[in-house]
Amino acid sequence: MIEIQNVRKSFGSLEVLKGIDLTVQKGEVVTVIGGSGSGKSTLLTCINGLEPIDSGRILVDGTEVHAKATNLNKLRQKIGIVFQQWNAFPHLTVLENVMLAPRKVLGMAKSEAEAMAVKQLTHVGLADKLKTYPSRMSGGQQQRMAIARALAMSPDYMLFDEVTSALDPQLVGEVLDTLRMLASEGMTMICVTHEMKFAREVSDRVAFFHKGVMAEIAAPAELFGAPKDPELQKFLAATH
Amino acid sequence: MFDTAMTANDLLFLLKGAGMTLAVTGVSVAAGTLMGVIFGVIRVQIGPWWAAPLTFLLDIFRSVPLLIQLVLGNAFQSIAKLGWAPFTTSCVILSLYTAAYCTEIVRGAIDSVPPTTRRAARSLGMTWAQDMRFIVAPLATRIALPSWIGLTLGVMKDSSLVLWLGLIELLRASQVLVTRLQEPLFILSICGLIYFLLSFPIARLGGYLEKRWSPND
Amino acid sequence: MFNYTFHWNQALKALPQMLDGALVTLKIALLSMAIGLAFALLLTLFRLSGSRILSGFARTWIEIARNTPALFQIYMAHFGLGSFGIHLSPFTALLAGIAFNNAGYLAENFRGALKAIPDTQTRAGRSLGMSAIQAFRLIVLPQMLRVAFLPITNQMVWAILMTSLGVTVGMNTDLAGVTQELNARSFRTFEFFAIAAVIYYAIAKVVTLAARLIAWRMFRY
Repeated sequence: MIEIQNVRKSFGSLEVLKGIDLTVQKGEVVTVIGGSGSGKSTLLTCINGLEPIDSGRILVDGTEVHAKATNLNKLRQKIGIVFQQWNAFPHLTVLENVMLAPRKVLGMAKSEAEAMAVKQLTHVGLADKLKTYPSRMSGGQQQRMAIARALAMSPDYMLFDEVTSALDPQLVGEVLDTLRMLASEGMTMICVTHEMKFAREVSDRVAFFHKGVMAEIAAPAELFGAPKDPELQKFLAATH
Repeated sequence: MFDTAMTANDLLFLLKGAGMTLAVTGVSVAAGTLMGVIFGVIRVQIGPWWAAPLTFLLDIFRSVPLLIQLVLGNAFQSIAKLGWAPFTTSCVILSLYTAAYCTEIVRGAIDSVPPTTRRAARSLGMTWAQDMRFIVAPLATRIALPSWIGLTLGVMKDSSLVLWLGLIELLRASQVLVTRLQEPLFILSICGLIYFLLSFPIARLGGYLEKRWSPND
Repeated sequence: MFNYTFHWNQALKALPQMLDGALVTLKIALLSMAIGLAFALLLTLFRLSGSRILSGFARTWIEIARNTPALFQIYMAHFGLGSFGIHLSPFTALLAGIAFNNAGYLAENFRGALKAIPDTQTRAGRSLGMSAIQAFRLIVLPQMLRVAFLPITNQMVWAILMTSLGVTVGMNTDLAGVTQELNARSFRTFEFFAIAAVIYYAIAKVVTLAARLIAWRMFRY
């Protein structure tokens, strides 16, 4: 369970999160929508402790992320994150990209890590690209590799930060299909996205962020069907 | 801190050495840059194939130790009975050495001017010389200047090797004092400080220009 | 103009001796590069450490190495340390001087190479649970070495050329030293030093070529 309690966060004089409260249950898929600069991406990097927070608490399975005593390296092993820019490691092959963390962080044997990597890469449809370097692949393929890389750590939670925003339109579909598959397998996910159709299909709940505030959160049918917040109404009118 | 036997006269001796360092550097960089610009333009103009002999010749000056070049140059002038003073020999060799590096800088800078820009200039009816003078030269100078400053500083430091031919430049002057006063650390530190004071501000200027003129930053 | 007879035969007879010297030259250059690379890495880490003392130390080293002549640095090692009662042999002084110089220039190259690697790479590593050191060693360092490979090669050629400076502090086993000794006995300066120049040129070219081959094998991405 991920519990976000009254989290505030500023970059300089700009407050990007103004007291966010959100609880995500095991097995739940929550998507976060909202205009750019609404603070939704920052929230994700706070959940796995890549960004410090100013006040409030974030608990993952009861462990406080920003507490001094928390071993972040340990905690991050159960929270996978995939970024908008996939951040493939360019000096490693696809297989090595996925094997690296299981071997060096989890201490898996080489054969075990390789089996895990092959399994996850097959899962995302890249079984034929094992020996390829990322630079020889499309953005969609690199993004799917990044997903496999996170999955190879056997995380309990997956965070997706606008994973299709930097892709060419014709490549968006293959990545969303991968996310749909994960959702159907019961992975706990928080997805920040601009894809409204996708949000409507896969989410248990959809949250709308506006200027650092979570203005509305509801089941997709309700949020898209009968939006209450005036900003959300404007946002949906503009995106449809 | 230091109880030194060094006198004001000794310091003057060091500064005279620094003057010699600057003189050798000044002459060599001026002559070397002139040759470098000419060679660089020639290399771009006649293409890599025809320029191959020139490229090879200049590459020798970058692949053989300067000390060996100086000794060879001195031996050559003595064999050829040119009767050059060590200062002349030093400047000739260092000029060629500078020219070899400068050619690379000039060639790179000219190549960095987009062909489309040059075509635009020619399509306006400019001659080759006008294109070179009004379009290529200003653009290429910007690209080349930081590297050229680096080269100048490099030549100043490398000019210390002319002590092997008997010229009393800064480092040799320090060595003379070290032998006489037996205070190696103190005297060499002053020598290093002088080099540093000559080099560091200009190096900083080069770094600043590079940052300011870099098109990607 | 030339009232001089070249005695190439006499000089060529000394070729085996000179080639032995060339091996010493190569050895010093390689050693100085190994030491220089290790210290350059250390200086880079010092700079990144956030400690003012460590980064100040690193900056001082780098600025002295880059703003004074290599020969000065060798003199410092050979004569300067004498003030502390440390008397280095020509070999050690030469090695120390070149290694000091290498470390300074390489550290500056590393700084440039680090800038070329986006922070997001470290972030991606950290998000997989890697420690800061792991992310540096496994993700940043290999990429940095690729960017810095050409400058490292150039520095290696420089190191070879710098070894010739040993002769000024009495080094007599490397190529320049051997050549100078032969010259002092025979006064065939031009012949001996011309052969030395050819050997230096050949070493520089072989090293450059080898580096290209290594780069081609190592950096397949």
